[in-house]
Amino acid sequence: MIPSAFDFYAPRTLDEAIALLAEHGDEAKVLAGGQSLIPAMRFRLAAPAVLVDINGIGGLDGLRETNGHLAIGALTREAALEEYTFIRERYPLLADAAHVIADPLVRNRATVGGNLAHADPANDHPAVMLAYGAELAAHGPRGARTIPIDDFFTGMFSTSLEPDELLTEIRIPRPGPGSGGAYLKVERKVGDYAISAVAVQLTMDGPTIRTIRIALTNVSPTPIRAEEAERILTGQTLTDATLEAAGQAAAAACDPSADLRGSIEYKRDLTRVLVKRAVRRAAERATK
Amino acid sequence: MSDQLDPLRALDEAGERHLPDRVERHTPKPAGSSAIVETSHEVRVTTPATVCGMGHRMKRKEDPRFIQGRGTYVDDVKLPGMLYMDIVRSPYAHARITKIDASEALKVPGVLAVITGEDLKQAGNLHWMPTLMSDTQMVLPIEKVVYYAQEVCVVVATDRYAAADGVEKVVVEYDPLPVVVDPFEALKDETIVRDDKELKTNHIWHWEAGDREATEHVFRSAAKVVKQYMHIPRIHVASIETCGMVADFNKATGKLKIWMTSQAPHAHRTVFALVSGIPEHKIQIISPDIGGGFGGKVPVYPGYVCCVVASIVTGRPVKWIEDRSENLQADSFARDYHITAEMAADADGRITGLRVRTLADNGAADAAANPSKFPAGLYSICTGSYDMRAAHIAVDGVYTNKPPGGVAYRCSFRVTEAVHMIERMTDIMAHELGEDPAAFRLKNFIRPEQFPYRSPTGWEYDSGNYHAALKLAMEMIGYEELRREQAEKRTRGELMGIGISSFTEVVGAGPSRDYDILGIKMFDSAEIRIHPTGKAIARFGTKSQGQGHETTYAQIIAEELGIPAEHVEVEEGDTDTAPYGLGTYASRSTPTAGAAAAVAARKIRAKARTIAAYLLEVSEDDLEWSVDRWQVKGSPEQHKTIQDIAFAAYTNHPPGVEAGLEATDYYDPPNLTFPFGSYICVVDIDTGTGEVKIRRFVAVDDCGNIINPLVVEGQIHGGLTMGLAPALFEEIVYDENGQNLTGTFMDYLLPTAVETPKWEIGKTITPSPHHPIGAKGVGESPTVGAPPAIANAVVDALWHLGVRHIDIPITPQKVWKLLRDHGITE
Repeated sequence: MIPSAFDFYAPRTLDEAIALLAEHGDEAKVLAGGQSLIPAMRFRLAAPAVLVDINGIGGLDGLRETNGHLAIGALTREAALEEYTFIRERYPLLADAAHVIADPLVRNRATVGGNLAHADPANDHPAVMLAYGAELAAHGPRGARTIPIDDFFTGMFSTSLEPDELLTEIRIPRPGPGSGGAYLKVERKVGDYAISAVAVQLTMDGPTIRTIRIALTNVSPTPIRAEEAERILTGQTLTDATLEAAGQAAAAACDPSADLRGSIEYKRDLTRVLVKRAVRRAAERATK
Repeated sequence: MSDQLDPLRALDEAGERHLPDRVERHTPKPAGSSAIVETSHEVRVTTPATVCGMGHRMKRKEDPRFIQGRGTYVDDVKLPGMLYMDIVRSPYAHARITKIDASEALKVPGVLAVITGEDLKQAGNLHWMPTLMSDTQMVLPIEKVVYYAQEVCVVVATDRYAAADGVEKVVVEYDPLPVVVDPFEALKDETIVRDDKELKTNHIWHWEAGDREATEHVFRSAAKVVKQYMHIPRIHVASIETCGMVADFNKATGKLKIWMTSQAPHAHRTVFALVSGIPEHKIQIISPDIGGGFGGKVPVYPGYVCCVVASIVTGRPVKWIEDRSENLQADSFARDYHITAEMAADADGRITGLRVRTLADNGAADAAANPSKFPAGLYSICTGSYDMRAAHIAVDGVYTNKPPGGVAYRCSFRVTEAVHMIERMTDIMAHELGEDPAAFRLKNFIRPEQFPYRSPTGWEYDSGNYHAALKLAMEMIGYEELRREQAEKRTRGELMGIGISSFTEVVGAGPSRDYDILGIKMFDSAEIRIHPTGKAIARFGTKSQGQGHETTYAQIIAEELGIPAEHVEVEEGDTDTAPYGLGTYASRSTPTAGAAAAVAARKIRAKARTIAAYLLEVSEDDLEWSVDRWQVKGSPEQHKTIQDIAFAAYTNHPPGVEAGLEATDYYDPPNLTFPFGSYICVVDIDTGTGEVKIRRFVAVDDCGNIINPLVVEGQIHGGLTMGLAPALFEEIVYDENGQNLTGTFMDYLLPTAVETPKWEIGKTITPSPHHPIGAKGVGESPTVGAPPAIANAVVDALWHLGVRHIDIPITPQKVWKLLRDHGITE
């Protein structure tokens, strides 16, 4: 578990970092929390020639509610999400996820931006942000741009970020009245990737679901939305039958692979159960 | 259960190939030194807190340095000019080596040498080494590799990074061979793992215990017979500290000084001397602070041998520290027993007999760490806590393309496997008979008045009171109320289960007539030296790896001599200074070296009496011992404290008596000790996800007299967690090519504080009648006892659906499958 040799840069500004990425291209990797990259390097599964450590760049972390959204700096540590009362009160989906990402030690170092930019379908934030319909801010040599989360994940471990672009901020639309969310995850032990996990964000109109987004963790090569399940539930009241239909639609939407966590059948069925439970919990929170 | 579901039937066919010289039988001889003892609930305390003898909750003396990061582990040893070694490992589980090309590796800056099997052969046939079970094992291969991640060659470099870069540059070409992963396939001898052997078979040995005919007779007349196949999966000790060594061969003095992660430094020194030809007095092994052993640091691994050779070859100190994956993938495993057990009962629901066939998957060598005469360890303890008429146990060892082993992982030589089997079978029988598992156990326990109890497989249990322990556990957990709750929940479709394990352990190997490792008898030793000012140093042949010896041994000496425990320095692990001993594993330290400490202290007390009589000018017969002094009978103001006496031993010793005050004892125990306990576990099952939640876990342990309740409770907490681990999480998994799929902690799942329930512990105290201080050993009881309590609880929750058994680890997926197969869903 000894990494190959690499050059190490610790830029102090965003522009310096982007210049380094532009200079080194595919040879470079961005070091944020390092909770995925460093293990990969120690196993020599990744051997970047250059590490660009962005931890010294000011202004990339922190949370603030502004302009109708929650802005999360890309360098915000996962542990920070657990600290704020307003997150628990207004963003229960995010609060749920914050407690089950890896383990507390990892959460002290890992960053929200890294969790997304790594684009591992087993990571938790991709499904959370898909369910929120978040927007991502990126900076590159050509300036800043925003990317809708639905356009972000292009494949396993790949995103629509250019090699010389840095993810800088995640923007979650501020949930309106009647909103609720939930994240449910089954893992073999704390710190393990999900066998399956389900993120739900919805708004209720009395007993009726007005809008709903459902996204799934680690049951497909990329993070996915369960769109058919969303369609089944939209405009419906919560009955056992609609929930079951939605759960089954989500199970059909996933494309899991068998591994030590479980068989394909188990992962699909678990997704069905978790979708039903997560929708119910999100609706309970919305109407509370 | 149908015979199609009994893979052990394959042994019948394999049996035709068994050769008589590989059939072993050994039955322990009766001890004849036991007696009926009383059970109590109070820890015995006879010394004041200032002395801190037995029974005091003394904080561990070793902890300040560990808490402050001031311990010294092997990786903390840094010597001038030290080199680093790294290992090239096989990507195949079975393959011929056609070429090893080190030329590119040698070009890496800092790489000094690459050592291959051929080099070891040239150096005096060091490419093979003996295992502790008198089998052989490759140090480095020349012809073929026989397991995934096997050591192929080593790279020595000036720093750790260069060594790793060198490893990547070594080119090894392989010609893959068919791989045999499944031990039942191995029995067919279609692929021979060890073609270096004269006999072209994967079958290693056949071993039996008990009385076959008597057992057949009991089964013929049984009113009820239950049968179950089960696998106790391959697991790993996964200690926090991996294995490692610093070897420093000094060419000028000819002395080889070794720092090594060793649970048995003396035995390892002897093995090194015999294998290498270096005279034993020129080898010094220091086992410094050890970050957990659990049996995994008993074997000699190829890396150690290579590290020594690297130092001899380069003339410089060489450090080798395994990384986590190497430790998980290549070091010795534990368990991996395939068992078909049958239990017989009479019409009154009394257990009458047990018949067990077992296949032991030893991997590519029988590198188990058992006493020589016990190829299946102490597995024949498997009649457990139950009084039955007859039992017969047959075990076959087999080679497969997996790492060699297996070690006694926090388990006194295969007792975990034995206890899991008997406790599962007892539950199955109780359920089949429609009896409550607790009532069934109470009916079938060996009764207190039957001790010393002679078991059908020849063990003599020293003392026990199984009824008291189970009744206490039932009272603590509220057993009857839980059964009512379970019945009520079942009507609503909610699944909860209650599982019991009433285990009997066998520890403290062992009496020299039966127990040896490579011929060295399994005594252990203590040497106590009292300084003139009344302080003491005590050295032992054992080696703590976290057990707290520096505290508990000091308390034993404090108990016997009245020297405050804080004034007793305990040292272990340096073969140049400590008395010879077999080391620490199998819960043997207190039963052997702890006894030696008491006996050596009593020798000192006897000499102290002579000195006291001289000082007080009275006859020795007029003196009596009280806590820390010899006093004149009837006149206690006339006394000499142990401190007075120690000073006199160096300043004013009696004429005709040697100066000084010290003693050594090599303690050869008359029998093993038999700790026991009853555990009760309550689980709730999520019918949607298959997750098992442990709601409560009560553990009542009886380890005889308690030296330090704090240390015992810590041992039990740790041991229970290590019992939880294989019950729900841990398993080493191989694919069909013999690749290890669980080579990191991402997939080899250790429970954390999150998964671990709150342990509720209780105790009964039934002293060992033959041990000098009545103690029994406790480190392994909870590891041994916990898994079947958990497994029994899960099966108990599902029994009414038709579930009879689930192999551990009981994962959410397994439970989900059973639920769906039985029509339960959400």
